[in-house]
Amino acid sequence: MNKNGIVVTFERLKREGKKALIPYLTGGDPCLDKTGELLDFYGKNGASIIEIGVPFSDPMADGPVIQRAMERALKAGTTLGDILGLVRSFKKRYNIPVVIMGYCNPFLAYGLDRFCKEARLAGVDGVLTVDLPPEEGVWFFKELKKNGILPIFLVTPVTGKRRMEIIGRVAEGFLYVVSVTGVTGERQELPRTLEETLIQIKTFFALPVVLGFGVSDVKTIERFSPYVDGFVIGSAFVRRWEEASFTCEKGGIFEEFFRVIKNSFA
Amino acid sequence: MGKRKGYFGEFGGRFVPETLMGALDELERQFSIHRRSKEFRGILLSYLKDYVGRPTPLYYAENLSGRLGIRVYLKREDLCHTGAHKINNAIGQVLLAKFMGKKRVIAETGAGQHGVATATAAALLGLKCRIYMGTEDMKRQGLNVIRMKMLGAEVEGVVSGSRTLKDAINEALRDWVSNVRDTHYVIGTVFGPHPYPTMVREFVSIIGKETLRQIVQKEHSLPDVIVACVGGGSNAMGIFYPFIRRKEVRLIGVEAGGLGIPSGRHAARFASGKTGIFQGTKSYVLQDEHGQILSTYSISAGLDYASVGPEHSQLKETGRVEYTYATDEDVLDAFHLLSKEEGIIPALESSHAIAYVVNHKDELKGKVVIVNLSGRGDKDVDHVLKHRREAHE
Repeated sequence: MNKNGIVVTFERLKREGKKALIPYLTGGDPCLDKTGELLDFYGKNGASIIEIGVPFSDPMADGPVIQRAMERALKAGTTLGDILGLVRSFKKRYNIPVVIMGYCNPFLAYGLDRFCKEARLAGVDGVLTVDLPPEEGVWFFKELKKNGILPIFLVTPVTGKRRMEIIGRVAEGFLYVVSVTGVTGERQELPRTLEETLIQIKTFFALPVVLGFGVSDVKTIERFSPYVDGFVIGSAFVRRWEEASFTCEKGGIFEEFFRVIKNSFA
Repeated sequence: MGKRKGYFGEFGGRFVPETLMGALDELERQFSIHRRSKEFRGILLSYLKDYVGRPTPLYYAENLSGRLGIRVYLKREDLCHTGAHKINNAIGQVLLAKFMGKKRVIAETGAGQHGVATATAAALLGLKCRIYMGTEDMKRQGLNVIRMKMLGAEVEGVVSGSRTLKDAINEALRDWVSNVRDTHYVIGTVFGPHPYPTMVREFVSIIGKETLRQIVQKEHSLPDVIVACVGGGSNAMGIFYPFIRRKEVRLIGVEAGGLGIPSGRHAARFASGKTGIFQGTKSYVLQDEHGQILSTYSISAGLDYASVGPEHSQLKETGRVEYTYATDEDVLDAFHLLSKEEGIIPALESSHAIAYVVNHKDELKGKVVIVNLSGRGDKDVDHVLKHRREAHE
C-alpha cells in the first residue's frame, strides 16, 4: 500500500522547515456546490491538509460559529455520502490529504464497514471522531487502518499521562492538540501554560503535533510555531466564510483574511 | 450487566470528547470510594430522611381503585421536597461534588424539576449553580424558572436546536468541557456516559427499595404490576430496579406518545427509534436515516427527549420491561381524573403512567398495581389550562 498522504505531507514539511496549514470547513455549508468552490480555493492556495466536518444535529464540542455552519449544511440536506462525493472529486484534482471529522452517530447510521470502504475509494486520508475515544472505537479504528486511513485523536490540556498512553497506542498521522478546555471557537488569548503543555506532549508522542481550537490570528501562530508542526484553523475561517456570504472572491472578507494567515506560514 | 465496564448488554459506554475522559475516570473513582464510605452515606441518609422527607408513603388510592376495579397504589414521590423524585439524585450528586472538592455544579433541565432539585441541593450545600434550560421549556415551565432563580441559581436559556432538553444537555456539556476542572455536571437521569447511568440508578433506587418493603407490609405479597413513565428513565429505573430480579412482577414503562406515533410528533423511542450514539451513550435514539437526531414532542417537557437511558434499552431488548406509550390526550384525561378522584394533582410526566392504567383497566382488573407518582403537577397547571383553551378555540 502507498504511504498515507498525511505522513508524506508532514515529512515534506519537515524537510522544508514549514508548518502545516490545516483549514477546517463544514461539508455542505451552505451547500455542496459552495463547499466544492471552497475546497478548490484551499487546493489552489496552499492548504497542507484539509479537514472536512460532517454536519451533525447536536455538535456538543462545537461553539456557535461551527454550530451555525452545521445547521446550514443540514438545512441543505448534506449527508455523509455527499461529503465522500466531495472528497472523491477533490482528490481527483489535488494531491492534498483530507481528514474527515465528525460525531459518531452519522457514521454509525451510514454503517462503519461501508464507510471505511467508501472512504478509501474516495481518497480520505484520516478520520477524527470527536466523541469516539480510543477505548470505544477499537473495531472502527482497526478497520480504518486496514483501509489505509489514519485515525486521528485529540489531546487536551487536561489529558493526563495515563490517557496519553491510551491515545498513543492507537493514534496515527498527527496529534490534534486542543488549546483550551472548551469548545471550538476563536479566542483572544490562549492559556499561558500552553507552551509547557505542548512541550510535554511533544516529548511524549513521536507523531507530529498540530494545534487547534482558538487559533484565530497571526499572533497566535507566531507564538506557538516553535512548539508545533502545524495549525488547524476552523471557526476563524468559517466565520469569515459566513461574513463573505460564502464566496472566496479576491479582495473579499474571507480571501483577504486567508492571505494574511497564509503569509504567516511562509 | 454487560461484561464491558459501563455497558448494559450492548448499550451504554462512554462516548464523549477527550477533554471529559479524565473527569469521568475521576468521577467513577470518587463515586466508588464515597458510595461505600460511612461518612458520605451517613450524611446522605440523614438529608434524605430529614430534608427530602423519606420514606415517601405508598398510598392506596381507594377512589381510583374503586372506579377502575384495580388495587392501585401510588408511590408518593410527589411528596418529596421540591415536588418530585429528582431531588434524590440531585442531593446525592451535589454532595458527591462537594466531597470531590468541586466549587460549582451545572445541570440541564427539561420540565425544570431536575433544575429546581439541583439548585436546591446547591443552596443547601453551598455550591455555585448554573442551570441550562431550552427556551421552549422555559415557556412551558415558567414557575420552575422562577423557583430556580429564587434558590440562587443562574438560569441560562438555550436557543440552539429545538430549544428543549437535548439542546440544554448540549449546552451543559459545552460548559463542562470548558470548566471541567472545578465543575461537576449533575446529569438528571440514568443517561449519559459511564458512570452516570449506574450512579444515578444507585441514587434513585431508594424509591424501589422502599416500595418493596411497603407493599409487602400492606399486601403481604409482591405487586402484580409496576408502572412508571420513561423520559430519560430515572424514576422508572428507581422503582423498577429492586424488582428486576422478581420475575413475577410485570414492569411497564410508559413513554410520551405526543400526538400519536404516525404524526411523528412524539418521544416514543422504543416505538420508532433505533440504536445510536448520542450525548455520551449508546442507546435507542429517535433519528433519521442519516443519523441526525430528530426533534421530539410531548405535552410534558420532562419526557420530551430523543433518547433513553441505556439500561432501559437493555431491559427492552431482554423483554424484562414492557415499553409502551400514552398520547397527550390520554395524559390530560388522566391528569384530571387523578386530581378529581384522589385530590392529587399529578405532574404531566407521571400522568402518563396513570393513563396507562386507565387505558388497560380491563386487563388489570383485580390486580395490585403500583404507579410511581414521580412528581406533583403544580408546575403544569398553567400549561394544562392553556392547552385546554387552545383545544376549545
